[in-house]
Amino acid sequence: MTASGTFGYGEEFADFIDLSRLGGIIVKGTTLHHREGNPYPRMAEAPAGMLNAVGLQNKGVDYFIEHIYPRIANIDTHFLVNVSGASVEDYVATAEKIAALERIPAIELNISCPNVKEGGMAFGTSCKSAAEVVRAVRAAYPKTLIVKLSPNVTDITEIARAVEAEGADAVSLINTLLGMAIDAQKRRPILSTVTGGLSGACVKPIALRMVWQTYHAVKIPIVGLGGIMNATDAIEFLLAGASAIEVGTANFIDPQITEKIVDGIDEYLEKNHISSVRDLIGGLIL
Amino acid sequence: MKKYILDFRISENTKLHDNYALLKLTPADGRPLPEMLPGQFVEVRVDRSPSTFLRRPISINFVDCLRNELWLLVRKAGEGTRTLCSLSTGEIVNLVLPLGNTFTLPEKTDEKILLVGGGVGIAPLLYWGKYLKEKGYTPQFLLGFRTDKDLLQYEQFKQLGPVYISTEDGSLGEKGFVTQHSVLEQQFERLYVCGPKPMMVAVARYARKRNSSCEVSLENTMACGVGACLCCVEDTVEGHVCVCKEGPIFNIERLKWQI
Repeated sequence: MTASGTFGYGEEFADFIDLSRLGGIIVKGTTLHHREGNPYPRMAEAPAGMLNAVGLQNKGVDYFIEHIYPRIANIDTHFLVNVSGASVEDYVATAEKIAALERIPAIELNISCPNVKEGGMAFGTSCKSAAEVVRAVRAAYPKTLIVKLSPNVTDITEIARAVEAEGADAVSLINTLLGMAIDAQKRRPILSTVTGGLSGACVKPIALRMVWQTYHAVKIPIVGLGGIMNATDAIEFLLAGASAIEVGTANFIDPQITEKIVDGIDEYLEKNHISSVRDLIGGLIL
Repeated sequence: MKKYILDFRISENTKLHDNYALLKLTPADGRPLPEMLPGQFVEVRVDRSPSTFLRRPISINFVDCLRNELWLLVRKAGEGTRTLCSLSTGEIVNLVLPLGNTFTLPEKTDEKILLVGGGVGIAPLLYWGKYLKEKGYTPQFLLGFRTDKDLLQYEQFKQLGPVYISTEDGSLGEKGFVTQHSVLEQQFERLYVCGPKPMMVAVARYARKRNSSCEVSLENTMACGVGACLCCVEDTVEGHVCVCKEGPIFNIERLKWQI
């Protein structure tokens, strides 16, 4: 699948790849109300990665339902909506509206956005608040509920267990790592928000470690993401325990990377005489 | 307009002064160049530069249909662009193109049109100037540089119309910023501007005062180039919009600049 906030609504990439070859597209973080996001500048390059501080810019769930959903409903892949909010009530109201959309089989509950002042990551950094929001959304949302976890915690497995206990169907991890970039000449931060979320190749070892730890802590499936740049990276996440993977920042460098990863996984399976990708999940040899 | 990911071969790399290079590229598979409009840009993947993670957005400087060549004028701004400037003839680079929008054509061919460029910001104006001339317009050019040593592509611009030069130190043309040039005493109906932000703001202010239509080409820091990451936003009357997708060309009336 493609990670939220890195693939638009898929249309931006239709010239480059066959969208029907994707497992799914997770659309940009959607909130109850329109959000302008953070001021520019929102991006800083980092060694083997980038920082962003977009701040959940989106036109709100009603706009999505009215204007975007009809446009994408005919694209032959699964569309999942990443749902974010500033309060439990916001999350619930947004999830309820998305639940009514026939072509959206699942939501990814974003309790891990590091770039908003209220809500976002605040929900995902304590077991109590994570449990509270998942419990409320679970009661209101009958379809598949994936909860996207923050790596900016002492022990991600505690949060994973807390959301599993509240009925999450799966967890996805990791969201971006809180980071910072400074312009030494100007003695100023590069991002308008001072801090931002780090993604790209540089975060992969951390993401892999967290997927592996979480795999041993919960029974629900894990969607692995964080710095996947090629098929080998994707296979590593499967071996660490992910049942599915998301590709994010890599789309910016190679808009065709998702198709290449699909092909690369197939080649790996064939070469190693493995009949199903399922046989790789958690297949790490210790 | 369809976008492509294509490998290009460097057919020529000309060093211009110490800080710039003019790269001429041709599709590696020998096929004709895709359609590209003035004002659009390409995203270049920078290989063999370990500290460069993202592609670099570079303006389309010129499209030479006869030789099937795309020109990119690159200023050494950091590690990524330094690597691009050092590419050798025959080397392959990967481009995503064409990206972004184009300039708006004037309504009438007899309109008085001025293209204003500062430094490497002259890059998109060469292709736009040629395009205007071919469509029967008569563009004029006002180009600003720090010194005579920074002058870029003067010979090419001269073939398209009158060229006025400003240098900050007065070593060539009139001394001062482009906004101080005497040609601006004339009334122009349309201005097209690309250069450093303070220069574009100053020209926009002049255009507003003179009631001239004015379009600027922005270069906000960007990642994806296709409107997915929402990093390169500009604050406009419609809210935050992506410079890579809805721009890089904006009429100043859409922007929230203090002018």
